[in-house]
Amino acid sequence: MTLLSIRDLALDLPAGADRPRAVDGVSFDIAPNEIVCLVGESGSGKSMTAHAILGLLPPKVRPGGGELMFEGRDLLKVSEAEMRALRGAGISMIFQEPLTALNPLKRVGEQVAEAILTHDPKARDAKARAVALFADVGLPDPASAVRAFPFQLSGGQRQRVMIAMALANNPRLLIADEPTTALDVTTQRQILDLIKKLQAERGMGVLFITHDIGVVADIADRVVVLRYGRVVEQGPAAAVLHTPAEEYTRHLLAAVPGRGAPAHAEGRGEVLLEVAGLMKTFVTKQGFFAPERRVIAAGGLDFRLRRGDTLAVVGESGSGKSTLARMVLRLIEADDGAIRYKGEDVRLMRGEALRQFRRRAQIVFQDPYASLDPRLKVGESIVRGPMAFGTSRAEASATAKRWLERVGLGAGAFDRYPHEFSGGQRQRVCIARALALDPELLIADEAVSALDVSVQAQVLDLLAELKAEFGLSMMFITHDLRVAREIADRIIVMKKGLIVEQSGAAELFDAPKAEYTAELLAAVPGRDFFDARAAV
Amino acid sequence: MNDTLKTFLTRKTGVIGLVLLALVVALAVLAPVLYPASPWEITGVPFAAPGEYGMLLGSDTLGRDIASGIAHGARVSLLIGVASTLAALCIGVVLGCLAGYFGGWVDMLVMRFTEIFQTIPNFVLAILLVAILNPSLWTIILAIGIVSWPPLARLTRAQVMTISTREFISAARCQGQSTASIVLRHVLPNAISPIIVTGSLTIATAILIEAALSFMGLGDPNNMSWGFMVGAGRTVIRQAWWMSVFPGLAILITVVAINLVGEALNDALNPRISRS
Repeated sequence: MTLLSIRDLALDLPAGADRPRAVDGVSFDIAPNEIVCLVGESGSGKSMTAHAILGLLPPKVRPGGGELMFEGRDLLKVSEAEMRALRGAGISMIFQEPLTALNPLKRVGEQVAEAILTHDPKARDAKARAVALFADVGLPDPASAVRAFPFQLSGGQRQRVMIAMALANNPRLLIADEPTTALDVTTQRQILDLIKKLQAERGMGVLFITHDIGVVADIADRVVVLRYGRVVEQGPAAAVLHTPAEEYTRHLLAAVPGRGAPAHAEGRGEVLLEVAGLMKTFVTKQGFFAPERRVIAAGGLDFRLRRGDTLAVVGESGSGKSTLARMVLRLIEADDGAIRYKGEDVRLMRGEALRQFRRRAQIVFQDPYASLDPRLKVGESIVRGPMAFGTSRAEASATAKRWLERVGLGAGAFDRYPHEFSGGQRQRVCIARALALDPELLIADEAVSALDVSVQAQVLDLLAELKAEFGLSMMFITHDLRVAREIADRIIVMKKGLIVEQSGAAELFDAPKAEYTAELLAAVPGRDFFDARAAV
Repeated sequence: MNDTLKTFLTRKTGVIGLVLLALVVALAVLAPVLYPASPWEITGVPFAAPGEYGMLLGSDTLGRDIASGIAHGARVSLLIGVASTLAALCIGVVLGCLAGYFGGWVDMLVMRFTEIFQTIPNFVLAILLVAILNPSLWTIILAIGIVSWPPLARLTRAQVMTISTREFISAARCQGQSTASIVLRHVLPNAISPIIVTGSLTIATAILIEAALSFMGLGDPNNMSWGFMVGAGRTVIRQAWWMSVFPGLAILITVVAINLVGEALNDALNPRISRS
């Protein structure tokens, strides 16, 4: 028996979109008590498919044919009232970003109770049921957790609240739209385990949407691979992952970073950057009478980066890794300690000296959508750097075009605006912008985290090439050990502002010294699967 | 620039606004040609209804041509609206930028200063300033400018604050660009479109304040003004509606036209909208 049966689903996009249909001819089934993973890159139509099931399509996107049979009813044809009765009761959904999916001004327990009361207005025990649900999803101390506001919870806890809310009315089908993408690896691991456990206990059907094949390997019973709105391949997880029939599926599997031996070794070059005893504490006031909240972002950091090496700084959110990158560039001022660049203390630099240092040390930010000025043509964004150091406009333009060419965008990109590029292309623009200043040190702050795996692989390759070509030294900030393995010579593992382990890349992966590192390694999605594959 | 213009022209309301505004401007420019005589001059019978005695819109209580008054009043209204808004923008944007970008005690100081102005009712302050300085074109512009800048300063500050935390500003700092260049070339261009829209609303408000001042008899006695005409005609509105209705319509049309243009301009200046 099938729970949900999608037949030849087509969704029409408005005229002028990059393709006429968001999804076209998509067919697959979800049985009760089964996890189906819908995997694909951004723009493949996977979220659109999920939203169509709940009738949550964006305005202007219209169903163009096919059927969505859920328990004998075609969801494309039911009335709005029927759909409303179904949402959150028969079918419920969890989203990628738990912070924006929760009402910030309401206690989380009330929000869950509200979900219950919406479908069962006479439920007198809604509050008690919320507490029970919180216990089910593994929130510590459920009785007091219901009284918390969303901002008082961590990302993982918020996602647990979202799951509790989704499960409030015992849905037969749970749709999870990238529910772990915004979470740290260890939290991701916990949430995946939780979803799997709850699914088995309740016998729900789960439609799990993800771009990460590693996650698929961990959780899926069946896999549907989507590309450009069409199903490329589908079948039982074991079959699709171990013996993929299609080239594209193989390509997706190959793009997952961090397999194979970490072949890099530390160089013997001069010490380019040395950080000693670096301290930074953030203090936030929470109100007139509440005690100040202190977060230690750096509690005495010591490390060195040799010329020509790549140093990966790995840690979960809140570990202080991004703050470290910004302190090195003096975008944030440190409280204490020294940052020495070729022996000179960066923290003491003023005016022109600082400007010259910033020219030598460039940064590529995480979010390629936020780090380009939306009102400037990308060429203009690039030329302003060299021009700030006295290069003529003609010469700077030539340099910019050369770099755009080199990062694989072509000189034609010079006159286009940032919004005309995809995420991966924008990140290439950012790299070109950084390199146009001819730096010695490149800091990549989660530079590939926002990208799809296959695009991620391309950008990592580009960085590796550029590093070899120009002898760049790199400081690579990431939360993803797989990425660090791909690129780093030396790795620092950070937790709550402290370095818990620092060693050569090969050493760290083969014999992690700190318990936390081992934990991180164990949490990498799809680890068992890829290890088994590598062993064959 | 071409794209901006194209988007602007695809906005129907913007084009309507622009046409209306162009008509008002044309009227202002052509006033001395259409009505060479002074609008204060008595040219006909008092209380002439529209169309009588060759006067298109009738005459007022003393026999002055209403149409001539409206044409000449357009000059005053537009001049005061634009000039006082420019004055307000100069003060507001500069202060807002300083407060938003540098933060800390600069922000403290500027915002407390702004609040002093915000606590005093606009119109009362404008009346006070004009009364003290003697009503003339320039003192009216100055007074309206001084009462209009606080909202612009607040808006600029908020815009600058959000934009300067964006990563592309950090990127520009890392590129070694100077503070002045970052503020002028990256922060302001990204902050400007709501400021332009608010600025256009400010022109409209300035025209209204000027009309209100003249209505109360605090206008420049040497220049005919729409507000003055409405004020002068109000006592006889039941016998001669045209004396206050036509200048009132002139105010309405101008203000609406400016707002429509402002909205369309906002769309056109946003590359994400204009290119898609």
